[in-house]
Amino acid sequence: MSVFSPATRDRFERLAASYPQPRSALVPMLLYAQDELGYLPPEAIAEIAALLGETELAVREVIGYYSMLRTAPAGRYHVQVCTNISCMLRGGEEVLAHCQRRLGIHNRQTTPDGMFSIEEVECMGACAWAPALQVNYDFHQELDPAKVDEILEKYRRQG
Amino acid sequence: MAERPAYPAAHPAEVRVVSQRFGDPRAATLAGYLDTGGYQALGKALGLNGGEAMAPEAIIEEVKKSSLRGRGGAGFPTGLKWSFIPKGGDKPKYVLCNADESEPGTCKDRLILEHDPFAIIEGITIAGRAIGAQRGFIYIRGEYRYVLDIMQRALAEAYAAGYLGANIRGSGFSFDILAHTGAGAYECGEESALMESLEGKRGIPRLKPPFPAISGLYGCPTVINNVETLASVPPIILRGGDWFLNIGLPKNGGPRLFSLSGQVQNRGVYELPLGFPLRRLIEEVGGGVLGGSLKAVVPGGSSTPIFTAEEALGLNLDYDSVGKAGSFLGSGGVVVINDRTCMVRFALRVMQFYRHESCGWCVPCREGTNWLQLALTRFHRGDGRPEDVDLFTDVAQNILGRTLCPLGDAAAMPILSIVRKFRSEFEDHLHGRPCPFAAESSAVPVA
Repeated sequence: MSVFSPATRDRFERLAASYPQPRSALVPMLLYAQDELGYLPPEAIAEIAALLGETELAVREVIGYYSMLRTAPAGRYHVQVCTNISCMLRGGEEVLAHCQRRLGIHNRQTTPDGMFSIEEVECMGACAWAPALQVNYDFHQELDPAKVDEILEKYRRQG
Repeated sequence: MAERPAYPAAHPAEVRVVSQRFGDPRAATLAGYLDTGGYQALGKALGLNGGEAMAPEAIIEEVKKSSLRGRGGAGFPTGLKWSFIPKGGDKPKYVLCNADESEPGTCKDRLILEHDPFAIIEGITIAGRAIGAQRGFIYIRGEYRYVLDIMQRALAEAYAAGYLGANIRGSGFSFDILAHTGAGAYECGEESALMESLEGKRGIPRLKPPFPAISGLYGCPTVINNVETLASVPPIILRGGDWFLNIGLPKNGGPRLFSLSGQVQNRGVYELPLGFPLRRLIEEVGGGVLGGSLKAVVPGGSSTPIFTAEEALGLNLDYDSVGKAGSFLGSGGVVVINDRTCMVRFALRVMQFYRHESCGWCVPCREGTNWLQLALTRFHRGDGRPEDVDLFTDVAQNILGRTLCPLGDAAAMPILSIVRKFRSEFEDHLHGRPCPFAAESSAVPVA
């Protein structure tokens, strides 16, 4: 029994076959697995390891390196706030502090209802439109506290 | 509900070459790309339009003539890099497009990937033809998911129309490209770490030599270029190396994209001829400094040594001028800093980044960035000792040149330049005094 949907499982098999060496598919596979499951539980790690003929340890070693990969759940909406220089110079740290106050959680915590989590992240390539954040993969830019409130409210209503 | 950056009309000082299709919705489809001059360069290279195909050596020669230099950071001459690939041999060869844009202050490749995906595909294909490769990969940072989707759609269209795959448009040349996602790691923008990552491993840099041209992806000869570099190739092939060279300066061909960010009025991504005066970029294109007067400028992404206002205003933005002035043009990420910003805090934030991104493989970088972050945090909070100022320099000097990859240098160079050029600001934090900028700067403690 696969922990992944049939479509994802198919996609993984195609992905592994599309590189000169199947292991090349590992990092994308882990990210897509996380997209589907919210995080990388042991069953997913075991299945991906088996699919690529690698050990679970080898897979965990790779997971530990990449900052986007996680082995514990985050919120349904993972709010990633950039505070690197171009954002810092335009109030990125205030945006982070505002998110924390508004959601009542600290960096790397999740709200009790599982709706939101916060992470302070490094440069996300939105420097000219700073300060910026990403909710999951969606960019939001040129933020101030009022705009942050609007954005969080939209996600909250979306449920 | 994601937002995309808006694209203002070109500033009169801009020369739009790689940004020629920015904001043009036609470039999203292959038909529109063809309507706007797309694939004419590949047509010329492969002899698809009745003309004779260019010899691979002739393609490399044209790129050499253009004086195109790498737009990712190191500024290495692209044609020369391509010429290092050995002719013949049994091993397959690869072209890698480095779309792992992560250097703080840099947001230009994202725009090319978003607005002109086929230009990148065309550039990679021409590079493949030039070096005798049959496969290319586009390594896109994990955070740029919508960009990966755009690129995958573009690749599918190019395959469907015979611009990729076996026997491209009847030319006899076959080439495949795969778009690949990373999962969050600045270090993977370093060429050998990117190859490790693309092989499904931790992105740890490799010892060089051997260089990628001899032993790259899967141990095979590999060319790796930045997105903007590869997107510059079709216009060079189409209009000639001399045309491109003449837009810029000798040995500094063409225009390039500058990401202008920080405390400046009109932030944005601007394509300007190499050699463009930094003063004009800030004052004329950028509309002037925001919230104060100019204190400092980072010329090419957070790893490049900083300039004081006085130095910056006399500087021209080409590889050699910036190099002569003691820094690097880097990724073209120009960050403007006003006089209400605390440079100690700025140095701390830069160090926090490199400490976070150090892969930990080389001890000087792993330990040095960690201790510098700890010491700078203590110092900025008001618990500094007079000897700390020299300690910062000493620790940074012991990272510099002592690591396998340039991340160590990237961490050391900014702190060395900030301490040297803004030493009095460090001294103003001593003896238990609060940060002199605390009242006006946006200081919120960093977690």
